[in-house]
Amino acid sequence: MVDIPHEASESAPPAEIEEMELPHAHGWWSTYVFSQDAKVIAVQYAATALAIGAVALVLSWLIRMQLGFPGVFTFIDAERYYQFITMHGMIMVVYLLTALFLGGFGNYLIPLMVGARDMVFPYANMLSYWIYLLAVIVLVASFFVPGGPTGAGWTLYPPQAILSNTPGQQGGIVLMLVSLILFIAGFTMGGLNYTVTVLQARTRGMTLMRMPLTVWGIFVATIMALLAFPALFVAAVMMLFDKLLGTSFFMPTLVEFGEQMSYGGGSPILFQHLFWFFGHPEVYIVALPAFGIVSDLISTHARRNIFGYRMMVWAIVIIGALSFIVWAHHMYVSGMNPYFGFFFATTTLIIAVPTAIKVYNWVLTLWRGDIHFTPPMLFALAFIVTFVNGGLSGLFLGNVVVDVPLSDTMFVVAHFHMVMGVAPILVIFGAIYHWYPKVTGRMLDDTMAKFHFWVTFLGAYLIFFPMHYIGLMGAPRRYFESSDIMFMPESAIGLNAFISIMAFIVGFAQIVFVFNLLWSWKHGKDAGSNPWRATSLEWQTPQTPPGHGNWGKELPVVYRWAYDYSVPGAAEDFIPQNQPATVTHEAPA
Amino acid sequence: MSDTGTTQPHAAPTLEPGLKGIVDDWSSDQRSFKTASWGKVMMWVFLLSDTFIFGTFLLSYMTARMSTTIPWPNASEVFALEIAGAHFPLLLIAIMTFVLITSSGTMAMAVNYGYRRDKKRTTVLMLITAFFGAMFVGMQAFEWTKLIQEGVRPWGNPFGAEQFGASFFMITGFHGTHVSIGVIFLLIIARKVWKGDFDTGKPGFMTGRKGRYEMVEIMGLYWHFVDLVWVFIFAFFYLW
Repeated sequence: MVDIPHEASESAPPAEIEEMELPHAHGWWSTYVFSQDAKVIAVQYAATALAIGAVALVLSWLIRMQLGFPGVFTFIDAERYYQFITMHGMIMVVYLLTALFLGGFGNYLIPLMVGARDMVFPYANMLSYWIYLLAVIVLVASFFVPGGPTGAGWTLYPPQAILSNTPGQQGGIVLMLVSLILFIAGFTMGGLNYTVTVLQARTRGMTLMRMPLTVWGIFVATIMALLAFPALFVAAVMMLFDKLLGTSFFMPTLVEFGEQMSYGGGSPILFQHLFWFFGHPEVYIVALPAFGIVSDLISTHARRNIFGYRMMVWAIVIIGALSFIVWAHHMYVSGMNPYFGFFFATTTLIIAVPTAIKVYNWVLTLWRGDIHFTPPMLFALAFIVTFVNGGLSGLFLGNVVVDVPLSDTMFVVAHFHMVMGVAPILVIFGAIYHWYPKVTGRMLDDTMAKFHFWVTFLGAYLIFFPMHYIGLMGAPRRYFESSDIMFMPESAIGLNAFISIMAFIVGFAQIVFVFNLLWSWKHGKDAGSNPWRATSLEWQTPQTPPGHGNWGKELPVVYRWAYDYSVPGAAEDFIPQNQPATVTHEAPA
Repeated sequence: MSDTGTTQPHAAPTLEPGLKGIVDDWSSDQRSFKTASWGKVMMWVFLLSDTFIFGTFLLSYMTARMSTTIPWPNASEVFALEIAGAHFPLLLIAIMTFVLITSSGTMAMAVNYGYRRDKKRTTVLMLITAFFGAMFVGMQAFEWTKLIQEGVRPWGNPFGAEQFGASFFMITGFHGTHVSIGVIFLLIIARKVWKGDFDTGKPGFMTGRKGRYEMVEIMGLYWHFVDLVWVFIFAFFYLW
């Protein structure tokens, strides 16, 4: 056993740099509103993301009302339907998942887990949140402009997105693009913070290979976001010019209502390339933090060290790198050189290798572990099965010949909702149940949590499993009305109604979750500083919730990796990272 | 912090050769880049991200140029100047490029004098750099005016494919914005140097962080980047 990264040490190297200069809050406004404290910014990010996520949830109900009971709810016309699906998709992917994982969990956990007092640039961190909030406000504003929000589909493909018969063509699309540009600017400020904090502001003894996998996941996802968002930024700027200035970057020569438009010579496919060069890494920008968090949840709640830590780290890095060369698998039906299809199918399927390594390692971590079915653990386990399910349908869609008939059917909708909708959201819930005691000092109510879990988990399967079946029958996605289609049998229409009812039940179950969050803030059981008996640094803070500067007078010193659970011969079944190795209890391996 | 003595030199760990050494070096204790401060690393990471923005702009321009069916205007003719009856292709662009690259030289000198705590020379060199930068933006404004007068618009131009004007205004505009922001920050930092803020460690107005001479170097990184990007724009837009 040479070269194991998790050997504990008795001492740590001396500090290389001085303590950081912390900005100090003066008064209520700079403590809770214009705060430069990463922990407050994290809660602001999370609250904003969950609030806009609730809007997306309601939009999904409206979509399901139309799909399950076509013609019953007459206020949903085709235009509104398209606006609902567009806004639902964009909010979920960008404004909820990206913001919550990176802005929310990233801000809270990175400084605490690497043993820093705060993010390295607190002022830029604060700006990051306020620009994100502005982006959300601009996005929401598009509901109230003439014509409403854009209805071009969340991918915003031109020329559709700016043609005059697309809903939201007047103001909605402009506000959407402006909002995305703002989001990217805001994210960049935060992302630079997360990256530099992980690289340069770790505490003594915290090598990269001792970091909890949560930090690894968020760190790699942040770097990916810093490299992938530029493509979306450029695409948004160019489409904005096409819309406002009449340039023709993406607009080919078109005839609309019998009249030739002034556009000509642009390439719609270029937009698709730019969009998916962002869009595919985006899947992993959401998934990698989820991978990291799940690794920590499983290890903590199964009281067992993570299996193959080094492999897990490299898998995260390799998935991150590979995800930049697979984007055109979203464009198999857009038309491309067959050799490109071959290339992108191959790279896509190669990603299954590091991903499978991760899944095996999670399972092997659980194997013969002392599994506690706490709410975070339930959600983590649910994530693994959901991710495997969604990943397997991804193998179908990654192959060109299988994808071509399945493309633009409900099968695709079912696939990506399983793999990047339900799966990461299960992790978000698990992570909130896990870290809420640290954020507030109180436990969330267990009964409510378990009710929330079972309804959400089973309900999500009842929603999305039948959707695969409907998709395989050929039901197209994005269609306003599919009940009159000849090949749709009666049973499929009944299934659609069933899905819609389940969607309502799952949606309403979230009220229990929100109630639990609010109620437990004041009335929850006192959590103590380390309710889960976890090893990583955030549970070793002198105060709970952690105070300004996180660590009191002295920074913690790290002597071991984050996964010393059930170490033979140790007094407790966990050894915190900041406990030095003692020569005496070193058990023979 | 006090128990270890932060000033005590720490023996560099011996690294194994090859990939493993690289990994161990990067993943080493506390800091991955031992000689770089937070600000410098942040600027490098930002520039990496910005590289992707400019790279995507240029790739998009190339794609537009290749996919349009209308002939692309001849850049060296469009950007030619008639001076005293003589015809100079790309004359203005050549001068602009020269000015910007010269400004990179003065910036490098400013960084050097900054580390020698030579307030006067640092300030003067930064002001010269800012002047060259402003001169570049001024010449770009002249170029834009000339083209607009000749009928070049983002949505069309008399010389050929309409994506020519669109790409031109978008890319040079985005780069010009970078240069303008750079000039503003050069002036701000030059003022700080002159007032001795970096000698006294006066806190910044926005961030409240202590001023350090390193900010001159971080500014320099940005400036050289903007300069380097121009070389690529020059090569791919004007010379191709």
